[in-house]
Amino acid sequence: MSSDTHHSGISGLGGEVLGHTDVKVSHCYQCGKCSAGCPLSEEMDYPPSVIMRMLQTGNPDLEDKVLRSLSIWVCLTCEMCFARCPMSIDIPKMMDFLREKSLNEKKSNPKAKEIIAFHKSFLDSIKYTGRLYEIGLFVDYKARTLKILDDLALAPKMMKRGKLNIIPELIKDRSGVAAIFRKANKKNKN
Amino acid sequence: MTLGFYPGCSLKGSSREYAESVLAVAKAFDIHLEEIKDWNCCGATAAHNMNKELSLALPARILSLAEKQGLTEIVVPCAACYSRLTVTKHELSENPALKAVVTEANDLAYTGSVSILNIVQMLDKYIIPNLEGRVVKPFDHKVACYYGCLLVRPHEILKFDREEDPQSLDALMLKAGATPIDWAFKTECCGAGLSVSRTSSVGRLSGKIIGDAKDRGAEAIIVACPMCHSNLDMRRDAINAYLGEKVDIPVLYITQAIGLAIGLDRKALGLQRHFVKVSV
Amino acid sequence: MSKIGVFVCHCGENISSTVDCEKVAATVGKYDGVAFSVDYKYMCSDPGQSIIKSAIAEKGLTGVVVAACSPRMHEPTFRKVCAEAGLNPYMCEMANLREHCSWVHEKGEATTEKAIDLVRILVEKVKYNQSLSSIKVPVTKTALVIGGGIAGIQASLDIANTGHKVILIEKDPSIGGHMSQLSETFPTLDCSQCILTPRMVEVAQHPNITLYTYAELESLEGFIGNFKARIRKKSKSLDEKLCTGCGLCTTKCPTKKIPSEFNEGLGNRTAIYVPFPQAVPNKPVIDRIHCTYYTKGKCRICEKVCPTGAIRFDQEDQIIEVEVGAIVVATGFAVKQPDFFPEYGYGKYADVITGLQFERLASASGPTLGEIRRPSDGKIPEKIVFLACAGSRDPAKGIPYCSKICCMYIAKHAMLYQHKVHSGKSYVFYMDIRAGGKMYEEFVRRAIEDDGVNYIRGRVSKIYEKNGKLIVNGVDTLLNAMPVEIEADMVVLATAGVANEGAEELAQKLHISYDPYKFFAEAHPKLKPVETNTGGIFLAGACQAPRDIPESVAMASGAAVKVAGLFSQDELTREPIIAVVNRQAAPVYSSCVGCFLCVSACPYQAIEKEEIKNRNGEVIKSIAKVNPGLCQGCGTCVAFCRTKSIDIQGYTHEQMYTEVMALLNEY
Repeated sequence: MSSDTHHSGISGLGGEVLGHTDVKVSHCYQCGKCSAGCPLSEEMDYPPSVIMRMLQTGNPDLEDKVLRSLSIWVCLTCEMCFARCPMSIDIPKMMDFLREKSLNEKKSNPKAKEIIAFHKSFLDSIKYTGRLYEIGLFVDYKARTLKILDDLALAPKMMKRGKLNIIPELIKDRSGVAAIFRKANKKNKN
Repeated sequence: MTLGFYPGCSLKGSSREYAESVLAVAKAFDIHLEEIKDWNCCGATAAHNMNKELSLALPARILSLAEKQGLTEIVVPCAACYSRLTVTKHELSENPALKAVVTEANDLAYTGSVSILNIVQMLDKYIIPNLEGRVVKPFDHKVACYYGCLLVRPHEILKFDREEDPQSLDALMLKAGATPIDWAFKTECCGAGLSVSRTSSVGRLSGKIIGDAKDRGAEAIIVACPMCHSNLDMRRDAINAYLGEKVDIPVLYITQAIGLAIGLDRKALGLQRHFVKVSV
Repeated sequence: MSKIGVFVCHCGENISSTVDCEKVAATVGKYDGVAFSVDYKYMCSDPGQSIIKSAIAEKGLTGVVVAACSPRMHEPTFRKVCAEAGLNPYMCEMANLREHCSWVHEKGEATTEKAIDLVRILVEKVKYNQSLSSIKVPVTKTALVIGGGIAGIQASLDIANTGHKVILIEKDPSIGGHMSQLSETFPTLDCSQCILTPRMVEVAQHPNITLYTYAELESLEGFIGNFKARIRKKSKSLDEKLCTGCGLCTTKCPTKKIPSEFNEGLGNRTAIYVPFPQAVPNKPVIDRIHCTYYTKGKCRICEKVCPTGAIRFDQEDQIIEVEVGAIVVATGFAVKQPDFFPEYGYGKYADVITGLQFERLASASGPTLGEIRRPSDGKIPEKIVFLACAGSRDPAKGIPYCSKICCMYIAKHAMLYQHKVHSGKSYVFYMDIRAGGKMYEEFVRRAIEDDGVNYIRGRVSKIYEKNGKLIVNGVDTLLNAMPVEIEADMVVLATAGVANEGAEELAQKLHISYDPYKFFAEAHPKLKPVETNTGGIFLAGACQAPRDIPESVAMASGAAVKVAGLFSQDELTREPIIAVVNRQAAPVYSSCVGCFLCVSACPYQAIEKEEIKNRNGEVIKSIAKVNPGLCQGCGTCVAFCRTKSIDIQGYTHEQMYTEVMALLNEY
């Protein structure tokens, strides 16, 4: 870390957050109410208020740590922080942006591998069929994570209760949905 | 009468009993739910975690299809779908530039004219006024109404009930003959989309919810979200492991509880599909 | 031919950083009628004033334009300078280059151009200015003090001790205000009642003070030195002269379960009641909302038991009219009920209480006689949690400001608790400790270091009840936002101090301004902290912003000195900025046609009919006439007058028209 640890949160990642989400990191006065109410806080490497503080410093090393953090991936977007924030800071919206940026810059935390794999499998499933195909999702997810044995007992139980479709539901305009994905992904890469 | 209907993926798969009970209750009150033709997945948590434009374009397509079909009011029983659709409608009305990008991606006309009802709003508006005299088997149990996240937050956009200690489900259950309890975890997150990828977290979060409901003597938990239901019901092993005891309080969809109260067949309401046996 | 002097001020860098002052002076100097033009760094300073004075003397100036800050700030200064140099002060005008130009625009050509325009219109106006002389009005040397809390008490005593009469009105049945509810006071821990009640008695016994309790301001007319106030004395259903204050009625009243306002709902009172034993006056009132006789038509037990026959069920509110020369507003503040914090469960859980409720629990005169006991079951709490900023510094809940007193009273509460419950544990969740005040920081350190209060930096997210305990979820932000969960027996919320209900209405009655939070606005945040923008009306205490006792008292004494200063004169000088109806030679007499629309339009009842008579005493014309003592120069009549017969002195039609033309004409 450089000796000049505190820059300005308006430049750097804080500035990007502002540009993309209208969230002003300078509004946070570090009361910690978000962290106190966050159900996942204790599983995070940096609780939400600490993420805000790191962004406020404008320090590139700390900003890099934010993008590489596990926090942004275990955040469930449950919106509790936003609901109770005395400064009405839309942390969930900011988290969405940080996740997307972390992915684009290939900085996602290795411990978030399963979470990201699940999201990817989920999106792939709807990309090809238009709707979620749960068996396909599980198979795809297991292939991505090699967690073959997890939840193995669940599928037959679901099947028995008629909770799993053997055949995916396909929508007619699959090309339309595929086009949405194509356009969204293209913009994302730019 | 006829209302538009967006079931969403869960209601076609792992939560089909929710769809069954919604349709059964609607039918009992002569409401026809007309499914949006060729609907797609709303993208759920995955889309907005990974790609903002996608997270808006997918729900926008659904709303466009509903418009095309001439539907003015659609019922969205899944709280997650309800949230995504409502947030999309809000963002597109606030931000014309975004609307242009999203409709371009969709290649479908979008005006934002469709109004979106969650299940509580639908029941409140169309079922409750006609409920009097229909309750043949009052749901005479202590119930913990569990709202989760997406039904009430963010309040600025959804403008539904209140964020802390909401009451709308409790009011419905009271009408169905139940005794709603005051408890502390009405709006705490169940673990939601981490169900598969981080089951231990779900065990802990859902465990706290089930634990508090149990401590306060709840005989059933009432939900309005397939994700909440699957975590609280299907993940009961992980929950019990967290709690260190076997808790067998069943988790019912609001429509199942109301269906029981008006005397609908248990099977028609899909109660046999639950992991935790519905003994109430 | 006019000889006008223009004096352009840099205001340090306030103006010169965006306006080219030299260029303004040079450009304006070339205009017709401008005899002298100069710029200077501080025109209001002594050397600056000398520049103006010598220019008037040397150049024989007939008019002066000072281009500087707002006339609100320095018009009196520069008018005085002109007068001292022998020029009529009303020949001086100010162009506001600071608030209207330099502060609101970027540096650049256009900004300087605008500054030149602003000066030019006043150069043209001042050519039409006329010498005016100020108006003298008499002073009524009686003060009205509104509010009988510590600020109102102090102001009343201070004014009364200068030998002037005071009328003190208080809306509640007793004076004393919030201070009478407090247990001990920071930072000395002296008992609040012990230091307050002697003053309350002094007020009641002071020969110069007339006290009306259970009374409110109904309306106010007039102006500085000459106000007319109508006061509503709410019916106490009691003949105060007959009542001896024996208290028999209050012991026999069968309606006993009314939540006591004085005890913040932690105890009950009767329908006929004295708010607290040390009340002044110590005579009861009947609360008609709860009294069985008024609600159901029968009972009258108090009447039966009263040994002096003092009860008057049919007594009506009485309106009295008083003439006063000055008013001190000391209406105090309210505590925001924290029911807008559903996550903290106030109102839902009996043992989540407000700071003011804690004061009552800790007070020897309180419902528990000073023992800290839970409202729910009377148990002594073993663990107690205090939450700072429960409402304050919370824009999402509508209160962005700091309530200022909470950090100190929370430290005091925790300290009192530790003194009373030695085995107990206390926790304070805070964001910042704001202990700026004499011995304040030391006091907070004492709570932490000597009394073992646990201070945790972080805001609480949620409180819920479980098995008789209140579960408090917070974090320690000094430990990487580590979760902190406390199973407490009682929680005290340091609720925000807010403006009183009805503050807005009162401000409108008084014609004083208020801020967005409905606190009354002082005339200048630094230099006129006790004055309002309305002459003769002063502020004291927490009606202006949250204040602690020492500040309220200091402010009250300050306001009292302002009143005494005003009363030290027999006559007041007023600005001659008033309306006049023109008068012309016979046989026209005036262009006024006597429609008298102005009479009904005037908000100050300052216009009357004047009859012009011939030598035989016959009325030949009726025209409007403005009473200069009453006119406030608002200009409403000018807008209503169909024949343009009324002008405001210093702002005539001609002057206004000239200003507009100066902007439109090419130069």
